[in-house]
Amino acid sequence: MMLTLVGVSEGMMRDQEARTRGVGADVIVRPSGSSVIGATPPSISEKLVAWAAEQPHVVQATGVVVYPLGGVSSVHGVDFYELEKMSGDFKFLEGRRFETGQEVIVDEYYAKEKKLKAGSTLTVLNRPWKVSGIFHGGKLTRMMVSKTVLQEVTANTGKVSVIYIKLDDPARTNDVIAHLKQTLTDYPIYSINELASQFSVNSVPELKTFIGVVMTLSVIFGFLVVFLAMYTAILERTREIGILKALGAGQGYVLGILLRETVLLALIGSLMGIGMSYLTRWMISTFIPASMTQAIVYVWWPIASGITLGGALLGVMYPAMKAARQDALESLSYD
Amino acid sequence: MTEPIIGIRDLRKTFRSGDVDVHALRGVDLAVERGEFLAVVGPSGSGKSTLFHILGGLTPPTSGAVFIDGQDLMKMTDSDRTRLRKKSVGFVFQKYNLLPTLTVRDNIEIARDIAGASAPMDAQFMEIVKVLGLGNKLDRKPRQLSGGEQQRVAIARSIVNGPAILLADEPTGNLDTENSTAVLNLIRDLNKRLGQTILMITHNPEAAAFADRTVHMRDGQLHAA
Repeated sequence: MMLTLVGVSEGMMRDQEARTRGVGADVIVRPSGSSVIGATPPSISEKLVAWAAEQPHVVQATGVVVYPLGGVSSVHGVDFYELEKMSGDFKFLEGRRFETGQEVIVDEYYAKEKKLKAGSTLTVLNRPWKVSGIFHGGKLTRMMVSKTVLQEVTANTGKVSVIYIKLDDPARTNDVIAHLKQTLTDYPIYSINELASQFSVNSVPELKTFIGVVMTLSVIFGFLVVFLAMYTAILERTREIGILKALGAGQGYVLGILLRETVLLALIGSLMGIGMSYLTRWMISTFIPASMTQAIVYVWWPIASGITLGGALLGVMYPAMKAARQDALESLSYD
Repeated sequence: MTEPIIGIRDLRKTFRSGDVDVHALRGVDLAVERGEFLAVVGPSGSGKSTLFHILGGLTPPTSGAVFIDGQDLMKMTDSDRTRLRKKSVGFVFQKYNLLPTLTVRDNIEIARDIAGASAPMDAQFMEIVKVLGLGNKLDRKPRQLSGGEQQRVAIARSIVNGPAILLADEPTGNLDTENSTAVLNLIRDLNKRLGQTILMITHNPEAAAFADRTVHMRDGQLHAA
């Protein structure tokens, strides 16, 4: 559970980072008052896009409208030609770009999850859209429509959510940002590398808290499960423990056997957990590839194993001590 | 004359059962010579199992003097009695008391492990294993063996560490006549072949007949046969 949840958190962050980098921009301008990541309402005037495009060292600037659909889903309104030019290498696996106001393009993961093909109909914002094409994932978002259409549908004509800027030389990024900030004083402006670095679990306090809660629950569950399992097992093995004691096994010997068993069980459990995380990754990528992405976070293998072992050792301590102190004669007469 | 390997004088054991004191042993005197095969015969409730448990260090005596191979059981702490069971006493129980999840080999080796033996079972012991008819059954689990075979494994386990005394509590109590005779012959053979001191508790006079000497127990006291 721990590895899966951490993997989902990390995977979704990495996926978001990959899609942001996939735009091909060097600088990003977000609306004033917005957070570094997360959906933003279209509140930037499109005039600023044109202005940005004329600034020194700026090769291209494009405005994108982001409209959240609930949860982590959103639809992006883009000027397809501008986005294609900025990102380069925009490939369609099926169909073509949108040409009419009623067409939408989706990435391969969204198409797989929603079982869509070129020509399928998709309802978004209470309107039917025809899927004109399915593109190779990793570009900005999972679902795109015409920018002007999305502006109209959401009553945000002339406004965009984000401005992506491509430079003639990425080495000048800091200089350009400094220049832009002289005019756009209230707007958060980031280099794409700076933004990408924010796509980590540590940058989202809620996610960090969530993972902390999951870890605590894992220790508690691990403790309870092992406590109950070992308590029952030791009760069932009272006679066996009596035999060992009759043979001269001391408290340390009995304790040692039970602790070794627990460590072995915890290690097997950890390996199964790692295996299960691969299974959940396969299930997520097969059944809900657009809604979630799970990464295999190797650095968490020893952490999760340590937490499992800690919980298990806490859980076995009382039953093991009880077993070690059992009277040999009483244990032998136990049936 | 050498010191007896088991020396008991005025041994008493009193249990508390609810609000009542039960006097299980009421002044037992006994001396067992090294290499002797002694049978203690008596009906249920006569106190013979209590004597077995005290000699095996499974329960402390209430009063009297008990020496096993020169060790004073009256002065022993719990951990001393654990050491006694580990080094000086081998047990054979009526119910075999083998560990069900272990093979015959592992059931025998765990006794060596508990005693701290690290070397593999020596050739002499393997010879005994063969004599006990277990040579080709070492990798079987107890459930794959007959009662007689299981008791032979228990006998092998009891002598694997070369104990000063072997205590057998109704070793044929769960066996048919044929297997009983076979097990008793093996026990007697171990006594003669290895000079193993054996004290066998039984209520069966026919089983007791395999011993060198028999004493009778009644109402917590011993009487010579």
